[in-house]
Amino acid sequence: MRALTWHGKHNVQVDTVPDPQIVNPRDAIIKITATAICGSDLHLYDSMIPGMSNGDILGHEFMGIVEEVGSGNTTLSVGDRVVVPFVIACGSCFFCERQMPAACDNSNPADKADASEIAYGYSMPGAFGYSHLTGGYAGGQAEYARVPYSDYGPIKVPDGIDDERVLFLSDIFPTGWMAAENCQIQFGDTVAVWGCGPVGLFAIKSAILMGAGRVIAIDHHPNRLALAKANGAEVLNYHEVKVREALMEMTAGIGPDSCIDAVGMEAHGFSPDNIIDAVKQETKILGTDRPHVLRETIMAVRKGGTVSVPGVYGGFADKWPIGAFMEKGLTLKTGQTHVQRYLPQLLELILEGKIDTTDLISHRLPLEQAPEGYKNFKDNQNDWTKVVLHPH
Amino acid sequence: MSEHTRSTDADVVSTAYLDDDRVEGEHAASSVRAVLINRPRQELYAFWRDFGNLPLFMENLKAVETLESGRSQWMVVGPAGADFDLVSEITEDIPGERIAWRSDDGSDVDHEGWIEFRDNAFGRGTEVRLFISYDPPAGAVGKLVAKVMQREPRIQARRELRRFKQLMETGEVSTSKAPEAAPRASRHF
Repeated sequence: MRALTWHGKHNVQVDTVPDPQIVNPRDAIIKITATAICGSDLHLYDSMIPGMSNGDILGHEFMGIVEEVGSGNTTLSVGDRVVVPFVIACGSCFFCERQMPAACDNSNPADKADASEIAYGYSMPGAFGYSHLTGGYAGGQAEYARVPYSDYGPIKVPDGIDDERVLFLSDIFPTGWMAAENCQIQFGDTVAVWGCGPVGLFAIKSAILMGAGRVIAIDHHPNRLALAKANGAEVLNYHEVKVREALMEMTAGIGPDSCIDAVGMEAHGFSPDNIIDAVKQETKILGTDRPHVLRETIMAVRKGGTVSVPGVYGGFADKWPIGAFMEKGLTLKTGQTHVQRYLPQLLELILEGKIDTTDLISHRLPLEQAPEGYKNFKDNQNDWTKVVLHPH
Repeated sequence: MSEHTRSTDADVVSTAYLDDDRVEGEHAASSVRAVLINRPRQELYAFWRDFGNLPLFMENLKAVETLESGRSQWMVVGPAGADFDLVSEITEDIPGERIAWRSDDGSDVDHEGWIEFRDNAFGRGTEVRLFISYDPPAGAVGKLVAKVMQREPRIQARRELRRFKQLMETGEVSTSKAPEAAPRASRHF
């Protein structure tokens, strides 16, 4: 089959690779009808995530038709149309039973789990196409994919609804939703969202559905700010205003009740702290992440407020404002998304027409043009807001 | 009024299993590792007690043949392709709680291990603790074995318990490898 493979920094290509096969009884093989490039794929593209190997198949946002099922799979049948969560989870460990599939103990293979256990103290779950830290599973920017524990994760979707309306159940919709849910939004709350990429936009949509009084979106790409505005957010361009001062003024000195960092480890901008962090990141010593946004959210959020972090961080951050964090009595909520937990309710919202999941898609490409998609999604973030690939 | 009594070291001894003495012990290489498994204690004990099941989740075991009176022959994948056999005998067997074994005197490598199963006090499943150790033979081959195996018990205990947990909780051993390279376990329940 054809698949998008990683060959080093800013080097991805579409190769012919072996077809996936059923390995374990609960597996399924999915024929992929739609798959997307995620902002977090750019961290791989930029070679910011360790544990990548030459030829790894990328992609963790995908859906399709069940082509084959393993002997132990009693919930899926050939021909079912499914969206696949990016997190691979077993459904039966301590964490899965408590609705925390992104903490699954079992889905990361025993030999691969060593690396994240050493790095983070406990191993990460398995995930599709996201380095060998999360298991080295082949991803979904391909014609077919093997889905482990497929009787637990994938959600069936009805025929007759466009792929593009349900595709983002795989990651960015639940990720934005969980980011907003982590803010425990009360009626009339002000929520500030850093980053108007796909996750930020879904966090904005979700916060509004949850009853936020005001949502304030922060970015510097006009087109992304326009999307945020069209979704009901007030906008701040951080090239034009000082973000914290603007937020103080807009909220009459109280500050936002909660702040969402939908940017993560590769923040842009020319603040002094960020420039120093960029140098450290480039040299891979002293610090590996650029936590400019995280610092800003902690400084900007109101006393007793919540900072929610869906943005990906991988290593260490320097100059963590622990004083502000403690003295203001803040709550910090983080984590990879417990996708499986949210799927039924979010599918319902889509089917009821309560949320537009397609307005962020800027480009639709055949799989063969995926490298072009990566390059533009990276270099022209204003115009390339979301890329959907069609492998068949 | 009674005089306030001072605590002694014995009163505040650490509750953890893993003290340095126990890990290193008299063995050249050894390790203890604990894991929580979301299955009943009896089921876990019974699966492990049938040593023929061990190759399903132990990657360095090619096969185990059960002999009589608690003995079994293990075909082990050794370092640098130097496979070896050992005959293991059960030295302690408390049903549902503990199994201990050691290689007999004629074996190339002196291997010892035990596994314990305890109910978690708060209903979270079974606490499983595994101890494995190796003492290599004398001579040049022994030195090579010793070198390769220095880190081995730690890695082995960690990975074997992970695979055991996966197999018991999910019915399979997680893998991202192609079928021909994947671990051998298939669904056990």
